Amino acid sequence: MTELYPKEVIKHFKNPKNVGVIKNADGVGKVGNIVCGDVMWLYIKVKRDKGGEERISDVKFQTFGCIVAIAVSSMLTEIVKNKTIEEAIKITKEDILKRAGKLPPIKIHCSVLAADALHEAIYDYFKKNNRKIPEELEREHKRIKYDLEILTKRHKEYVALEKNILEK
Amino acid sequence: MRRIYLDHAATTPVDKRVLKAMLPYFSEKFGNASSLHSFGREANEAIEKAREKIASLINAQKEEIYFTSGGTESNNLAIKGVAFANRERGKHIITSKIEHHAVLNVCEWLEKQGFEITYLPVDKYGFIELDKLEKAIRKDTILVSIMHANNEIGTIEPIEEIGKICRKKGVYFHTDAVQSVGKIPVDVEKMNVDLLSISSHKIYGPKGVGALYVRDGVKIETIQHGGGHEKGLRSGTENVAGIVGFGEACYLAGKEMKREILKQTKLRDYLIKNVLKIKYSRLNGHPIKRLPNNANFCFKFIEGESLVFQLDTRGIAASTGSACSSKSLEPSHVLTAIGLKPHEAHGSLRLTLGKENTKKEIDYVIKVLPEIVENLRKISPFKGKWE
Repeated sequence: MTELYPKEVIKHFKNPKNVGVIKNADGVGKVGNIVCGDVMWLYIKVKRDKGGEERISDVKFQTFGCIVAIAVSSMLTEIVKNKTIEEAIKITKEDILKRAGKLPPIKIHCSVLAADALHEAIYDYFKKNNRKIPEELEREHKRIKYDLEILTKRHKEYVALEKNILEK
Repeated sequence: MRRIYLDHAATTPVDKRVLKAMLPYFSEKFGNASSLHSFGREANEAIEKAREKIASLINAQKEEIYFTSGGTESNNLAIKGVAFANRERGKHIITSKIEHHAVLNVCEWLEKQGFEITYLPVDKYGFIELDKLEKAIRKDTILVSIMHANNEIGTIEPIEEIGKICRKKGVYFHTDAVQSVGKIPVDVEKMNVDLLSISSHKIYGPKGVGALYVRDGVKIETIQHGGGHEKGLRSGTENVAGIVGFGEACYLAGKEMKREILKQTKLRDYLIKNVLKIKYSRLNGHPIKRLPNNANFCFKFIEGESLVFQLDTRGIAASTGSACSSKSLEPSHVLTAIGLKPHEAHGSLRLTLGKENTKKEIDYVIKVLPEIVENLRKISPFKGKWE
């Protein structure tokens, strides 16, 4: 099966980096893929560096999904670690695709999940800090929220599970 | 690394005895069965002998067996052939929601040709409900096509009862028996079937060959025109070596069936019992009325393609009904038809045993599988918080 996907994908799937939860995360992005039902949660920790710039000092993920979904989640965490927020906002699914290598066309949507999770986490960070949210991030947030709503309707049990987790 | 093949519902290795029977028919006895000379005659004889073996396995007459290129073609021929031959009588066909795509997609195509199709639902085990079938049969119903055993969850349908209903109502009955023939007893008389599809490579025969049983007197027309082979129902020079292998595979399957049913059922139940010890797992299909070699599970919070991959790296070959591993990104239509939610179907795993599997191999699976599930759950956002 290793022939199905690029080496980089297999490497990250077999040994995913930055798996888990950041307890006091500064931003959390929870996204669902409307196409296939994959779900990804991304946690970021943000610190100001010596130059006063906000940097993603730590990042962790949890993903429910296929080989590619798990692999691109892991790649994303490596891409964004130590990036400034400003740089991180600019990361797109194309950046992740470039890193992943040549994916089968049907798996390209998996990379969208990772980019969305990142942007949602930054959105959440801005919101928590009462910051003005860039127009584009706001627009994306609306689309992601809409997708997630549809997905949530489809997977009602997810909601129950999530509630269960949050209450504990 | 040791390799354990647990995907026998996908295909099986060719039995060595089958291969041995086939070999002379490539370079030595290579004749065209239609030729009048001795080369042709020996090929023709071999085909007729194979035909007898296949007929005998399903209690049919030799003349009622038509060779095809496999299960898909048999299903196409049965459904399209009966549909077009009987369209003056009616344009309604009944099938189920859990058929193989070689039936479902034929029916969908026929809809575009002006036929009307009823797709019967199934219960949580995957069984057709007989009263629903009876109610669905109309005056213009010409054919009912319900599979004998399901390829994903292994559920064995009440074929005898379905056959009885069709007989009573005067409707032709076709069954896709690709997964059942050679694994469990199949008797076209007891089952009241008029047409039945068989595939060779699911029972340790070669790929690219199969057969359609057509009861004597059934009105059917060809969908492949040519030189008039197989009494005009399926033109094309016969795949002699393949047919010989298929015949031998049927013979062996019949001879060894009892022993294999006992052995594989025991192994299957041992596997199921132990796999279900994994938390948040369930068995799909019926606990007893299932193929002796089929086990199908769901593991919550994880996805099947990842699971199949991890098993593969440990040498275990399995399959999944997850959306991620399909070309359509839709989860298995069978698993959703038995009521699983898309994300549950996402985490499905099918293990199908074969005659070469041993208890030692199953023990290895039982040891490795929980670790893999646990590791994938560690990555999943839905796991680890409420144990």
